[in-house]
Amino acid sequence: MINKSLKQLGAALAAKEISSVELTTLFLDRIERLNPEINAFISVDRERSLTQARAADARLAAGQGGPLTGIPIAQKDIFCTTGWRTTCGSKMLADFVSPYDATVIARLHDGAGMVSLGKTNMDEFAMGSSNETSFFGPVKNPWDRQRVPGGSSGGSASAIAARLAPAATGTDTGGSIRQPAAFCNLTGLKPTYGVVSRYGMIAFASSLDQGGPMAASAEDCALLLNAMCGFDERDSTSLDRPVEDYARDLEKPLAGLRIGLPKEFFNDGCDPAVMAAVQTAIDQYRKLGATLVDISLPNSHLSVPAYYVIAPAEASANLSRFDGIRYGYRAPDYDSLDDLYMKTRAQGFGAEVKRRILIGAYVLSHGYYDAYYLQAQRIRRLIAEDFASAFKACDIIIGPTSPTTAFKLGERTTDLVKMYLSDIYTIAVNLAGLPGMSIPCGFADGLPVGLQLIGNYFAEARLLNAAHRYQAATGWHEQRPADIDLNG
Amino acid sequence: MSLTLEQVQRIAHLARIEISESEAGTTRDHLNGIFQLIEQMQAVDTRGVEPMAHAQELSQRLRDDTVTEADCRAACQAIAPETEGGLYLVPKVIE
Repeated sequence: MINKSLKQLGAALAAKEISSVELTTLFLDRIERLNPEINAFISVDRERSLTQARAADARLAAGQGGPLTGIPIAQKDIFCTTGWRTTCGSKMLADFVSPYDATVIARLHDGAGMVSLGKTNMDEFAMGSSNETSFFGPVKNPWDRQRVPGGSSGGSASAIAARLAPAATGTDTGGSIRQPAAFCNLTGLKPTYGVVSRYGMIAFASSLDQGGPMAASAEDCALLLNAMCGFDERDSTSLDRPVEDYARDLEKPLAGLRIGLPKEFFNDGCDPAVMAAVQTAIDQYRKLGATLVDISLPNSHLSVPAYYVIAPAEASANLSRFDGIRYGYRAPDYDSLDDLYMKTRAQGFGAEVKRRILIGAYVLSHGYYDAYYLQAQRIRRLIAEDFASAFKACDIIIGPTSPTTAFKLGERTTDLVKMYLSDIYTIAVNLAGLPGMSIPCGFADGLPVGLQLIGNYFAEARLLNAAHRYQAATGWHEQRPADIDLNG
Repeated sequence: MSLTLEQVQRIAHLARIEISESEAGTTRDHLNGIFQLIEQMQAVDTRGVEPMAHAQELSQRLRDDTVTEADCRAACQAIAPETEGGLYLVPKVIE
């Protein structure tokens, strides 16, 4: 049961082979047994999950279930939830219990009838590529426990890879769904900016943040995206578009699909073993009928520098709300209002979050705004225009998700720039606001390699189609870590 | 570009984050490392390029000026560090 896809679990629930309470208990028991070592979850509340499962069973019994009703899912701890605390991986919010649910949570829970298994670990305020900035400690990669699961949605990725959950929510500001999906042999989708509501999703960089699904397969991600997305008047950047079925094109043949290969993603900055797996995947796509097109994204090397201006600038504004007054941590000793702010923020934020707030404050300050912030926004346009030109010649773009496989815990915590370059292939997608995926495409020295698929705006169904056909032909996504007990 | 310790303290004050003298040096070194990465942008000629603030070129959506949310004051104040009589308590600001 724990290895089944969401579609199979839905069928098992519909056929009454198992109840939601039984299925939820199965995963909760695994979390209890395996999580102490992996640290994928920050908060678990068995009774609350089982209450949701009982409600799902009642819904199924009344014939009012949907395709996902009764299926358990793990929630990244960036999504506000009533009941569970919402920490965002920070001491600042270590005891925070939200008075409302994020729209994504409400849609998955109240709408689709899914059962939340708990809240997953993450880099503090989603700022990190290894899950090592979490106040709640690093997460281990189930493929090799000496290695990071990626970040910032590292807890979600690790939970699925260890089969502590069949699926999870994630968020992606610069690669935080795709890079951990790559490191943990999962399928993850960052939708077009504006497709999934940001209401109740704690803000990091508002013009880049986007929630999305993480699961074992493209088919599962399609079902989840169907349940997560949609217009939300409570998010001012939510797009009011006709409802789509993202699973509609899954089986469509790939004959005639034009795949763009950006030369900038195939340079010597990528680990040769990762590149070998990516090249094999490209050959597979050719066998599936796709045509390969050489393209160029000439400004993509500027995406990391521009991102480390724009994201911190937006973060410094967003995180100014954490002041020790209305909610969250407050320093115990202070001698004035200013001192309360200074000490609360010094003690409540971790080192990486502070660094990014400082960068943001600097690039937005008088005298530096034009040289840094506006320059970064101009480069952002150049990057978006590169994609627009590329999509005249191709339907989707393919390349590596990350230049390496999962690195060792502690390996990059002192080399910040090396850590940041882990997202070199994913960040441009966020700057442009495009949809992107990572799918498993093989192994390098026993560690999973992710293949990145990038689409034009609103091309999620096409990406899912390309991913699904590849998965049907290869089966890399069905590989599971050897030393994880997959029984029970 | 290279930040001085004084600049680091000035930015930290702007951001309302206390940085001790012992932390300031490390913070400066980290920030200078990141700015070295960022400086690559300065070589690019972007004259005539319109800054892109957002992925979707949308104008701000407006809603009717009516009350839509229920009163959640009690729930919101329940999670505050210190409240009294429906107010948030802060240290004395005016002597």
